[in-house]
Amino acid sequence: MSLARRKKINTIFHVILVACILFSLIVLIILFTDILKKGFPFLNIDFLTKYSSRFPKKSGIRAGLFGSLWIIITTVIIAFPLGVSGAIYLEEYAPKNRFTSLIKINISNLAGVPSIVYGILGLSLFVRTLKFGRTILSASLTMALLILPIIIVSSQEALKTVPKDLKEASYGLGATKWETITGVILPYSMPGILTGTILAISRAIGEAAPLVVVGGAAAIWFTPKGLMDEFTTLPLQIFTWASKPQADFQLVAAAGITVLLLVLIFINLTAILLRNKYQDRMKM
Amino acid sequence: MSKKIREGLIKKILFIFGSVSILITISIFATLLSESLIFFQKVPILNFLFGTKWTPLFKPQNFGVLPLVAGTFLIVIFSSLISLPIGLLSAIYLSEYSHMKVRKIVKPFIEILAGIPSIVYGYFALTTITPIIRKFYPDTSIYNALSASIAVGIMTIPMVLSLSEDSMRAVPKSLREGAYALGLTKLEVVFGVVIPASFSGIVASFILAISRAIGETMIVALAAGATPKLTLNPLESIQTMTGFIVQISQGDVVQGTIEAHSLFAVAMLLFVITLTMNLLSKLIVNRFKEDY
Repeated sequence: MSLARRKKINTIFHVILVACILFSLIVLIILFTDILKKGFPFLNIDFLTKYSSRFPKKSGIRAGLFGSLWIIITTVIIAFPLGVSGAIYLEEYAPKNRFTSLIKINISNLAGVPSIVYGILGLSLFVRTLKFGRTILSASLTMALLILPIIIVSSQEALKTVPKDLKEASYGLGATKWETITGVILPYSMPGILTGTILAISRAIGEAAPLVVVGGAAAIWFTPKGLMDEFTTLPLQIFTWASKPQADFQLVAAAGITVLLLVLIFINLTAILLRNKYQDRMKM
Repeated sequence: MSKKIREGLIKKILFIFGSVSILITISIFATLLSESLIFFQKVPILNFLFGTKWTPLFKPQNFGVLPLVAGTFLIVIFSSLISLPIGLLSAIYLSEYSHMKVRKIVKPFIEILAGIPSIVYGYFALTTITPIIRKFYPDTSIYNALSASIAVGIMTIPMVLSLSEDSMRAVPKSLREGAYALGLTKLEVVFGVVIPASFSGIVASFILAISRAIGETMIVALAAGATPKLTLNPLESIQTMTGFIVQISQGDVVQGTIEAHSLFAVAMLLFVITLTMNLLSKLIVNRFKEDY
């Protein structure tokens, strides 16, 4: 093949590659504009403060917002300490043996288990066996199991970035292992751990499948007051509305999605800002 | 002395926390197994695995899971047609062709696609993709496999992209430069050197994307329909394994009935398939990894 021809083929391929990149970017733009265009007209204070209704125009996401908030906070209270201490054990204490490598393989496999399977586990274990019922508590425990592997893996990554000389300086001053962890390792790696946790939280906020199985109600008309209350969440309400045949409910669903996406963008920006702020402080 | 006891105690407590993940896996196994066993006492396992009729909600009840597997398979095929080529080609672009600056701007945007909740894609499939398909094929049913597949495909592009780009960037520069010195064009270097050298990573990314498509739930629950059937036509309404689990969970199925237990048998099958694929991808990475 002549050189000119080979170069021409290369150029054609280059164009195809750019087209592939543009495909993703264009889809992203269409998705956002499409949903904002449909959802924005329905978005107002009433939508945020009202309960679900038979009438699209009177529907609101109050129950979903409070449900999501309750579940996320409880989930984090359960999963964060568990995940971070698991990561500390694996990075700082675990001996290099078969059991440790089994734990590591196991965690990466858990991260690949479909979320709906966690829902089945939650239904059987928390709702029925432990008799917590279809409550915020069961939902939070299920979500905690779901995001635990994510928190462990990202915390491990953060712990790995702690420079060895910092640890050794601490030991050199006579600190014990635990004192070194709480005094040196954790402060240094906390921004990374928090960033990973926040990303895990944003995953949990958008997740609907496990909670459908655990038994989130299609709609509730009260604000949850405790862990043993029934619940619905923002994604579950979106799912219910989007499943309805009436066209107007599709628009209500779009408004719900707009709120969900705004919450997620806000959370992710927080993660980025947090990381940047702490990184600057570390450099000083 | 007390310090020593405290340190030892802390180590033990942390060990327990570290082992929680094992407990989770054991309870997933135990739950799925014990509940499926009850189901398999009523429905022989071979009838379940190879039966071609799935009608758990009306009489006569049939529990042949193949229609659900076929539905899942259809989603996998058509979502792969989008996610694998576009993910791989985008990875080639970002790793081999683009400037560092372009990469730094473009990659985070594409990764946003992976952060969007699947319920949003489901909505997008139902209200935007399906109407477009119906413009070209007016006979398409409102709920159809193609629309859901396209959404699943778009969602898994970043997964293929990130993993295969990582493995391409791990190919040492010296290999590429050797090939350029022989007078090859960029395209020839990509196909002659970079892809062969990063092949295991690329295959692993493909398997993970497929495994993700198998387990994807909200998109298919919203957009693919609830009609279990053996078909290869993506324009029809179908049902996947995950879609069935959602349908049962939403309905008023009485606890303890055979249809309620079928939920766990389907979940078990889903779990075994995805677990096998995830282990396979890890095996491929470890076995065929080129070390430089």
